[in-house]
Amino acid sequence: MKPRHRRLAWIGAGVAVLGVAVVLVLNAFQSNLVFFFTPTQVAAKEAPQGRPFRIGGMVEAGSLVRVPNTVDVQFVVTDTVQRVPVIYSGLLPDLFKEGKGVVAQGSLRPDGTFHATEVLAKHDENYMPPEAAAAMEAARQHKSMSTPTLKDAK
Amino acid sequence: MNLYRFASPAAFYPVAGFWMPWFAIAAAVCTVVGLYIGFVVAPTDFQQGQAYRIIFIHVPSAWMSMFIWLVMAFWSLLALSMNTRLSAMMAQALAPSGAWMTFIALWTGAFWGRPTWGTYWAWDARMTSELILLFLYFGVIALRNAIDDPRRADRACSVLILVGAVNIPIIYFSVQWWNTLHQGASVSLTAAPTMAATMLAGMLVMSLAAWFYTIAVALVRVRAIILEREQGAAWIDAPDLARRT
Repeated sequence: MKPRHRRLAWIGAGVAVLGVAVVLVLNAFQSNLVFFFTPTQVAAKEAPQGRPFRIGGMVEAGSLVRVPNTVDVQFVVTDTVQRVPVIYSGLLPDLFKEGKGVVAQGSLRPDGTFHATEVLAKHDENYMPPEAAAAMEAARQHKSMSTPTLKDAK
Repeated sequence: MNLYRFASPAAFYPVAGFWMPWFAIAAAVCTVVGLYIGFVVAPTDFQQGQAYRIIFIHVPSAWMSMFIWLVMAFWSLLALSMNTRLSAMMAQALAPSGAWMTFIALWTGAFWGRPTWGTYWAWDARMTSELILLFLYFGVIALRNAIDDPRRADRACSVLILVGAVNIPIIYFSVQWWNTLHQGASVSLTAAPTMAATMLAGMLVMSLAAWFYTIAVALVRVRAIILEREQGAAWIDAPDLARRT
């Protein structure tokens, strides 16, 4: 074994050990690294009790209610399994829409409503022109009336 | 041809000087083409409107910020195991570009986040690990300047770069491993891209521009580093240096 091969092996071993250590540390901090909790986690009481946290999911379609002449809004955050009603007073980001992703910071009240102090929009990784989005929406609605195809299963 | 010959700073110096202008020209052409596609040809996005156009700067610089560190880690591995001076010089030459790319990614991301998410900054895993990367770049540059003996600085920086490399997979996979505000990857090696073709084209051309730019400035820097560190060597003091390069 040449000296440079031995050095290479030692460096490789060092980086490997370090990698394992980092994986273990990140695993230990798993619960602190999540940016938000899903409604299912909230229902299962996995979210922090008695202190503020963030809740993330979709704004349920048709759930947005604006109180007239104020900036107070109510909506429901859902992950299609569980639902959490949210109350918020303030301006909503431009991308806030029913059926789109949202992350709200605040705390859960005993009655099960979430009082948000900050609402952020979480958009997805899809980028397309508006015409394409409209065409896809039209195709989706057309398809839902006919028999499901293989593409739907995806 | 024996490629190991170019591990010698004296042999690499003229090679770097020859290739630098070509990469600089390629970078300029790709930037013009990429920005034209990005800001003129590409359509607006169906939910973000015009704000999405920041991806033509943001994504290439974010990719580069991670990739440059991996390249530096490769050079550091060579420097430590083979004890070659030029490898460490290459790592040193790349560090400022990496720091700039990281800064641009964070900066443009913040100005993207304000209209799209509603906040400049959030302490989610993707953004926090990218910020750590910026500090790692600063750390490497600072460590280099804190040690007077260049050979000792080479070894210390190489170790730091190799240790810091564990952060790269954390940045890249953070959006998959944890719930983050940052969205998932639109482009990956394993799945079809989830963006319109012209948008993707603009982004990829800008990525090429970032590559060529980084190579060009790294070559300029490595030539300066070679001249600085090899001063007193016979080939630098030779009267025909300017003509040969």
